[in-house]
Amino acid sequence: MQATTNHKRSTGEILFDISIIILCVLIFLIVAYPLYFVIIASVSDQTLVSTGKVTLFPRGISFFGYEQIFQDMRIWIGYKNTIIYTVLGTLFNLLLTIPAAYTLSRPEFRARRFLMFFFVFTLFFNGGLIPTYILMKDLSLTNSMWVFILPFAVNVFNLIIARTFFEASLPKEIYESAALDGCTHFKFFFYIAIPLSKSVISVIALYYLVAHWNDFFTGLIYIHSNDLQPLQIILRDILLSNQVFSQGGGSGGSAGGYAQQFADQVKYGVIIVSTLPILIVYPFIQKYFEKGVMIGSIKG
Amino acid sequence: MELKRDYQLWIMIIPAIVVVIIFNYIPMYGIQLAFRDYDFSRGLAGGAWRGLHYFSQFINNYQFWDLMRNTVIISITTIVLGFPAPIILALILNQVKWFRTKKLLQTIVYMPHFISIVVMVGLLNVLLSPNTGILGQLISKLGDTDINLLASTNSFVPVFVISDIWQHAGWNSIIYLAALSTVSPSLYDAAKIDGANKWKMILHIDIPALVPTIIILFILSMGNVLGTGFEKVFLMQNSLNLPVSEVISTYVYKIGILSNQFSYSSAIGLFNTVINFFFLVTMNWISKRNSDISLW
Repeated sequence: MQATTNHKRSTGEILFDISIIILCVLIFLIVAYPLYFVIIASVSDQTLVSTGKVTLFPRGISFFGYEQIFQDMRIWIGYKNTIIYTVLGTLFNLLLTIPAAYTLSRPEFRARRFLMFFFVFTLFFNGGLIPTYILMKDLSLTNSMWVFILPFAVNVFNLIIARTFFEASLPKEIYESAALDGCTHFKFFFYIAIPLSKSVISVIALYYLVAHWNDFFTGLIYIHSNDLQPLQIILRDILLSNQVFSQGGGSGGSAGGYAQQFADQVKYGVIIVSTLPILIVYPFIQKYFEKGVMIGSIKG
Repeated sequence: MELKRDYQLWIMIIPAIVVVIIFNYIPMYGIQLAFRDYDFSRGLAGGAWRGLHYFSQFINNYQFWDLMRNTVIISITTIVLGFPAPIILALILNQVKWFRTKKLLQTIVYMPHFISIVVMVGLLNVLLSPNTGILGQLISKLGDTDINLLASTNSFVPVFVISDIWQHAGWNSIIYLAALSTVSPSLYDAAKIDGANKWKMILHIDIPALVPTIIILFILSMGNVLGTGFEKVFLMQNSLNLPVSEVISTYVYKIGILSNQFSYSSAIGLFNTVINFFFLVTMNWISKRNSDISLW
């Protein structure tokens, strides 16, 4: 590893480095291999997969699973719904969170301490599932797309991260000198705060986006209509309830081992198809993560 | 005067306040349903006063102790095994000095965090299936048994916890890595002069540097002792592992949402929240006394 020191490296140090390397290789394999396996299994002959013959490379290439997925209307309805909920939901999240975080970052705003407590309190105490459910019912939000978008538009962790960032990057003095030139908070927010905070805004946007994309709970509790179900509910039906083939053959995949093999290939494919968008976005924003998390942690 | 000066700030924060009041604070008002009969026409305001009736109904329920035991076992195991995992991972990753290797490793270990819970449980199902899953087959061969890890009462908790660590340890290590990156290099140099080896540096420099972060995160995780993730438990449940996998949150869902016993399940939910809160306050108090680090 590092060869900058002049003195001779002791046996102990070499052993230490070797064990670190071994540990890292192990960690790499344990995390990466299952993900890699799903990819190769999704395009391999399922007889070979189920007998453990597919380990390093795909064998007996077959796209049967993907063909089935592309013909399955349920997946596309779920995909479409999830994209709508994710885009509108994330926009609404940002529209509420970012200006609120800016306000909470202004030292001259007298109500900030109280309002901070008002938000943070919801992290530790909540009404619980049933009162929340009844409220959604009373507001007629159940079985409507708005239940994915309007409630819980402010995530307190994200709010704290954004506020801390604004505090650190926009000291009081910058605003004061701008205010002397006649700059209002609105102008300052749009022309100075937002352009300076692109990195933290993109991290928070990603957090919200992933949360919406992966949201299973809302669909389970509040949606009854099949046309409104998000992708995760469809995935549950296919991956866990074994309702693999929507057309013909009926649901349940009960036609014995033959059908089960094809069902498994559909499952591997569905895992890939549903996770792909997030895995594509992720490497581009990854470099901001550490910064984002660190900023948020400065003030628990 | 101040209101006039700050009116633009108020405009920026009021939408967030309104949403939090409606969706977070109004349900808190609905907690009183645990002490009243649910009345369809009155909604959250509730009907006739029943006092502690629904609480005693829950405590006297034949499932009460099973639910408590399952909830506590799953949460405590997740904390005991899951909490140290990201710390150890961060200490290991921190030893990798080769920039590109480190970045690659980090990219890989963060990745599972972004998989949805449904896909995660689906992944477990296909990989652990005793007939067709690659891991399931391996385990059958090693143990010379035909055990179905997904449907056994003995393996539910280990599968739950290990897969949780697999999914989140990497992501949770970020905050510890960030804390380690703030350690001054001069500390290591000084230790080197004193003849400390790398192991001793981890013990006497790295770990002490992490202690404040560890304590804060530990308090926060204690506050969730009984709040064990509803979704993953619910999705991993099947009729065979139900004796060990039914927890308070899944029970609340079944009683409340599926069978419409709103008042009874509100009481169970509140019971859960109060115990969580108690754990949180206790841990915070202990930490404040012993280390001066606390949430409030």
